[in-house]
Amino acid sequence: MANPTSDRRMQIYGALLLLPAAVLLGTFAYLPTVATLINSLFLPGFRGAPPAFVGLENYRVLIEDATFWQVARNNLFYALGTIPASIALALGMALFVNGRLPGRGLVRMAYFTPTILPMIAAANIWMFFYAPQIGLFNHLLEGLGISGPNWLGDPGVALGSVIVMTIWKEAGFFMIFYLAALQSIPPELEEAANLEGTGRWSYFWRVTFPLLMPTTLFVLINALINAVRVVDHLFILTKGGPNNATNLLLYYVYENAFSFFDRTYAATITVVILLVLAVVATIKFRVLDRRTHYQ
Amino acid sequence: MIATASPATRFGAYLPRLETTAAWLLAIVWIFPLLYAVWAAFHPAEFMVRFDLLAPLTLDNFADAWEQAPFARYYLNTFLLVTGIVAAQFVVCTLAGFAFARFPIPGKDFLFMLVLIQLFVFPEVLIVENYRIASSLGLVDTIAGIGLPYVASAFGIFLLRQTFKTIPRELEDAARVEGCGWMAVLLKVYVPLAKPTYLAYGLVSISHHWNNFLWPLVVTNSVESRPLTVGLGIFSAPETGVNWATISAATLLSIAPLLVAFLLFQRQFVQSFLRAGIR
Amino acid sequence: MSAFLPRTLSGLAAAGLLVAGQATAQQEPVELTMYYPVAVGGALTDVIDGLVADFEAEHPDIAVDAIYAGNYDDTRVRAMSAVEAGDSPQLSVMFSIDLYELLEQDVIVAFDEVVESEEEREWVDSFYPALMENGMLDGQTYGIPFQRSTIVFYWNKEAFAAAGLDPDTPPETWEEMAEMAATIREAGEDDQWGVMVPSTGYPYWMFQAFAFQNGHRLMSEDGTEVYFNDPAAVEALEYWVSLASEHEAMPDGTLEWGTLRQNFIEESTAMMWHSTGNLTAVKNEADFDFGVAMLPMNTQRGSPTGGGNFYLFKDSSEEERRAAMTFIRWMTAPERAAAWSIETGYMGVSPAAYETEALREYVEEFPPAAVARDQLEHATAELATYQGGRVRRALDNAVQAALTGQMTPQEALDQAQAEADAALRRYAR
Repeated sequence: MANPTSDRRMQIYGALLLLPAAVLLGTFAYLPTVATLINSLFLPGFRGAPPAFVGLENYRVLIEDATFWQVARNNLFYALGTIPASIALALGMALFVNGRLPGRGLVRMAYFTPTILPMIAAANIWMFFYAPQIGLFNHLLEGLGISGPNWLGDPGVALGSVIVMTIWKEAGFFMIFYLAALQSIPPELEEAANLEGTGRWSYFWRVTFPLLMPTTLFVLINALINAVRVVDHLFILTKGGPNNATNLLLYYVYENAFSFFDRTYAATITVVILLVLAVVATIKFRVLDRRTHYQ
Repeated sequence: MIATASPATRFGAYLPRLETTAAWLLAIVWIFPLLYAVWAAFHPAEFMVRFDLLAPLTLDNFADAWEQAPFARYYLNTFLLVTGIVAAQFVVCTLAGFAFARFPIPGKDFLFMLVLIQLFVFPEVLIVENYRIASSLGLVDTIAGIGLPYVASAFGIFLLRQTFKTIPRELEDAARVEGCGWMAVLLKVYVPLAKPTYLAYGLVSISHHWNNFLWPLVVTNSVESRPLTVGLGIFSAPETGVNWATISAATLLSIAPLLVAFLLFQRQFVQSFLRAGIR
Repeated sequence: MSAFLPRTLSGLAAAGLLVAGQATAQQEPVELTMYYPVAVGGALTDVIDGLVADFEAEHPDIAVDAIYAGNYDDTRVRAMSAVEAGDSPQLSVMFSIDLYELLEQDVIVAFDEVVESEEEREWVDSFYPALMENGMLDGQTYGIPFQRSTIVFYWNKEAFAAAGLDPDTPPETWEEMAEMAATIREAGEDDQWGVMVPSTGYPYWMFQAFAFQNGHRLMSEDGTEVYFNDPAAVEALEYWVSLASEHEAMPDGTLEWGTLRQNFIEESTAMMWHSTGNLTAVKNEADFDFGVAMLPMNTQRGSPTGGGNFYLFKDSSEEERRAAMTFIRWMTAPERAAAWSIETGYMGVSPAAYETEALREYVEEFPPAAVARDQLEHATAELATYQGGRVRRALDNAVQAALTGQMTPQEALDQAQAEADAALRRYAR
């Protein structure tokens, strides 16, 4: 293979193989990313005029935009609300179905099924639960003599309601990664611990949990991405309301771009999302994959 | 010494009764929303919140939903979309994965990192600019427009590259001795041996695109291109005040094919998600 | 086999992704595309498809592709994005208040530009003036009323009787409504509320009714200014909030626009404010005796109009514009307007519609059908301004913030005013 002409030919051949992917990635990933950065420096044309360059004006508006800060805060709470809870549940579920349990297959299926549903469909179903007065939750609570809250209409509760639904949707997905990791833990470890008389609880904390750490980090990254990426359910459940109580960053981008026709402000918010994702990516590549070899 | 339970029972151990109960309770809670949707869809609207075992079963809700929105067309669109995307992804990602795995391209590692960035900068985040690009390419309101941004999937490229790298060179050399060109080597050696990866990636991709909503919502305008999720979203936007039982039926209609496939091939699905997830 | 597989796959890929390319064949009949929304109950898409089919049968030289695009907001997004993609519809039914947005994006033409004969001029002038308010700017007519509504008052007569109220007398004033609602709430044995006014979906619209009943109009004629924090507006919002907080006759928090009709049908509220577009659905679904009346008043009666107008799009040939106008004239002809009104509860858009035999008979047998029309003389234009999306959102948020107790009505409306002013700052004339 030392033949230089053949090497050269290999290079060209390889480049050709990469070409389709390169063109597509360029068109739908890199070009739009750069365009987003550029457009965030413009204001939309006023009454038919072409867009006007305004430098960092949009960023100044963004910093003064109370709604933006509220939406960013919502997204943070949303992440804090969904991620630890769904990870803990996923781990619990995995431990359950890793044990010998009557009807294990059914239980595992029950946990995993929400993963298969589109977010839109899930939201449709939960809409019936959350509807005040005539919805299922308040109907059941009424039976207990409690008058239930206005799940999606009360700004103090609405984000929580959205979070609960998201946890339901996500936990089963994360469960399978834990399940796989659990199954790769050699049974001898537990045997040994057992002989030493280690309790199940301390065995979990001292052995199982540390061994699952890589899985936890992996799941965490995925959960972080989902907290930014998935806003489908808002279209059905709340449309970001009441009074922006459940609005999330990506939904705010959608609103600005497609309801308010302000594409450049939408681009500005997108830049913020890209920054958040860059942080997540750095964590992944720097911390998580330090030992992974891409060679 | 107290006679402890034999290791055989302790291992793979039966869970204590309390935990078994908890596991089952959680399972019931988790599956309940879906069962509820089934209940609501098969009973007249007045039984939405009234559980009566003797409530009459009905298919009217499905008939209503089917009549009120062009679900047949939505099915076709989703089917075309999903098959189109998966097929195109297979082709594009196979080529790129092969190049990264076996070809001496200058700056390869840097290029590969560049590809991996797309794991984080996905089409949903770039809806605004992607919309503009799709628009200038005349792709708005076409199924190709929904699919194209996803075709060069960093994830697919990554997965196939890893798989191809594990395939021993000797197999390739043997084929080469028989006079095979690069394409033939790819198709006769690499692709067949990567079958499990294709299956895994395919299933994950199918579920993802069957369920995808935001980008299709943005880029489609009409019934001719709208996939099921968008059709369902428009149909059941609560503003239209459609009857709940009908929405339940419509919801079930749109999830049924994937759900049935999942129930039939549970193991393959779970394995695929797993294989695709653990990188 | 292994060689066969990828080839099939690439074939599939190409097929899957290319099949969808739109083939818009140019044939002899003039082809029109229109988007339309449905915002209230009932299977209205069928009705529209039926109408289109009838029209095409009568006019074989025109083919209309009517595309249901969701609610009003969805339809605006869809139509605008089609225009941007160079695939403009020739006409569409869109929110009457989209006028400014459409003008700003420069995508519509005035009917005055297409009108040729006296007869057509007369047609443009044949609609209720109150319904034309949102469709006109600077003397030009851009919107022809189609599925138009006002807010009307629905009440459950049986619930009134059960609470000891006269089942045939709806409240005339704010005060009466609050009292009656509180009475019903107290008497209600099975958790029935007195009144519900929806506060998602279109909160600004409901609020406009309250404000106008208090003698206040929320925006300027030219769509460049709003007056959200006027004392009369604050008072209106305070009244709305008091229905829940003070009179305890309405549930706390926001009330869902889409499920409110279901609430009324399930008798979880005895009164509701809702679009007249729900009338036929309520009539079909309610198994109790109900009445429909004009909204109660404070200093005056009032409701904003609402709903969708026909617009003509700019990016079309002369021939297409003529064809589009033929279609719109056909769709808004008195007989059709009458049938549409009966089918849905939307208003007959012209006086002539109410003079057709069908609608006359219908009104006679079902008097609620005329309430929306009678209320027209007290109607005002729906909130429409430049930057409409942002301005309405600001007001929506204010209403929701006040109803959920996050802010006082004064604070909420002050904030909305500031936000709207910021959005409109480039438009001050």
